[in-house]
Amino acid sequence: MNTEKTSTPPVVNPEAAHDAVTAVDPRLLVREQGFAGYLTEFKRKLHSGDLGSIPVIIGLVIIAVVFQSLNSNFLSAQNLSNIAVTMVATGMMAVGIIFVLLLGEIDLSVGSVSGVAGAIAAVLSVTHGVNEWLAVIIAIVSGAVIGALHGFFFARIGAPAFAVTLAGLLFWLGFMLQLLGDQGTINLDGEGVIGKLTTYYFTDVAAAYGLAAVAVAAFFLSAFFDARRREAAGVPSRPLVDIVVRTVLLAVVAFAAAAMFNQYKGLPLALVLFLVVLVATDFVLRRTTYGRKIFALGGSVEASRRAGINVTAVRISVFSIAGTFAAIGGLFWASKIAAANQSAGAGDLLMNVIAAAVIGGTSLFGGRGRTWNALLGVMVIVSIQYGLALEGIATPIQYMITGGVLLATVVIDSLTRKTQKTAGRA
Amino acid sequence: MSATPVLALRGVSKRFGAVQALTDVELEVHGGEVVALVGDNGAGKSTLVKTIAGVHPIDEGVIEWEGRSVSIDRPHDAQNLGIATVYQDLALCDNIDVVGNLYLGREIRKRGILNEVEMERRARELLDTLSIRIPSVRIPIASLSGGQRQTVAIARSMLGEPQLVILDEPTAALGVEQTAQVLDLVERLRERGHAVILISHNMADVKAVADKVAVLRLGRNNGVFDVKVTSQEEIISAITGATDNAVTRRAARTTEVQK
Repeated sequence: MNTEKTSTPPVVNPEAAHDAVTAVDPRLLVREQGFAGYLTEFKRKLHSGDLGSIPVIIGLVIIAVVFQSLNSNFLSAQNLSNIAVTMVATGMMAVGIIFVLLLGEIDLSVGSVSGVAGAIAAVLSVTHGVNEWLAVIIAIVSGAVIGALHGFFFARIGAPAFAVTLAGLLFWLGFMLQLLGDQGTINLDGEGVIGKLTTYYFTDVAAAYGLAAVAVAAFFLSAFFDARRREAAGVPSRPLVDIVVRTVLLAVVAFAAAAMFNQYKGLPLALVLFLVVLVATDFVLRRTTYGRKIFALGGSVEASRRAGINVTAVRISVFSIAGTFAAIGGLFWASKIAAANQSAGAGDLLMNVIAAAVIGGTSLFGGRGRTWNALLGVMVIVSIQYGLALEGIATPIQYMITGGVLLATVVIDSLTRKTQKTAGRA
Repeated sequence: MSATPVLALRGVSKRFGAVQALTDVELEVHGGEVVALVGDNGAGKSTLVKTIAGVHPIDEGVIEWEGRSVSIDRPHDAQNLGIATVYQDLALCDNIDVVGNLYLGREIRKRGILNEVEMERRARELLDTLSIRIPSVRIPIASLSGGQRQTVAIARSMLGEPQLVILDEPTAALGVEQTAQVLDLVERLRERGHAVILISHNMADVKAVADKVAVLRLGRNNGVFDVKVTSQEEIISAITGATDNAVTRRAARTTEVQK
């Protein structure tokens, strides 16, 4: 055997190496190749199963076309506005479950916890006459504590999250029924804090347009200054054309939505709160060390531990976040039906929450997803529900269709992961 | 090469219950020197590395860091001294990109927010100086080949500017080309003045990059050889214990004389 050093010829061709490192970021091939670059990039993504939100958006278009052709009221301002308000309850809970899914875990208790939060708020404010703001805060804190409790049993004791939260599902359902007592239903004041959550609309036309304008401007400025800073540091940056195209797309969607809301009652408060939550959670996940830790845990627990991440603390905090958003979702739910009743958090709610997260593009296998997925996913779920309701299709069929959609999504998720593996991206 | 070794082990012993894992082990590593640590399975290589890395504190003996005696009781102590260890299973997150992995657990922040631009700039700089070839610093680790992952893992260990880098079987399970990349990187570490301890089963790798070979057998030193003047057979016989014959005794004498 020849073991001289020369037997391992230096693979480094210095120039090639330099080129390789400074090669253009794969996300940014567009800049180098103009319009053709978009096509190659799209083909590459199609090939490697890295399509992001495109399948969901296509799905939404199909849903819109099918239901509109069945019933011309589907795309009316009133129906769309109602969808936008109804989806917030499920959507808030989906945001929480996305945090858990990013860890590669599952929380089956979010439905029951949302029911508990609604019941706590109702019992405190209606039965005991506690200040409604205080009742809302206590309800949300209860959700956080319940979630942290689940997280404790999972992260500290080492019980599977699936089993812990399954136990939680039953326990908190019972807890809620106990809280509501014999009468089973506590009606809420429609004009109170909770009631206003889903009934308040910013009727001024300027509100919706103003929000759209602010969102578009914020998007453009942050993208623009990010590109400037990257350029200054000499790392690949998004070209201005790309930023402008994205900004224009966002502007079209935002102003179309604003115009639609203004045709009905105006900008719903619920939607504004949902958007604020999405922006904030997305920021936490992608721009802070805490978010980076969550993604790291979803990738490799051992690697995270060796990098000095406190695995137990992050896990408990993530389950606590899921509980918090379950509680917030429960309050929106209570607001929607103007009551806390025994059916809250039951039925297909849990399935819808998980389906919304997964349909939006969050992986069940952990480490892949964004909170914006919750918005797209919940739009799909609630649109189907409203479309079927317009057609007068009964609940049993709705369940079956929603179940079918969830299965299809999970299949797509699994296939995506397979494709990504073969393309070396998972 | 400096006169004072960066790290010196003097008579180190380690016992796990009834098992004497290390007995009176001596080891010296200088800056700008690659010391290969070889031995059969169960010879105590991993245990020795773990004592240096602070995973298992030593029972007896002295660890000297730049000439003064230190105690390494926790991984944290080793890191503070400037010892970086790259374990065999690489401890990278597949779903996070190269920059994210390099800075995992020590992210650069500006006003509490991740400073992605600065991290990316420094990551490129680091990879450039180590001549590491990867398609992009913004692709997930999953897209990289085994050799590229290994180079990223080693680059990650370099971020803390360690004086001593311990590589545990860096070329195991790698192909020819990838092994070459990793060995090139080891040489670059030496050129930059780092002390390197390289654990390997592969004699070809050891002969290619190491300056000295320290052989462990049944938890004891079984000779330290100068790679340039020692044949592969001699090293292997030291590993297997077939050292005590006329040929090896004579060879050992010649190395003594040369020293």
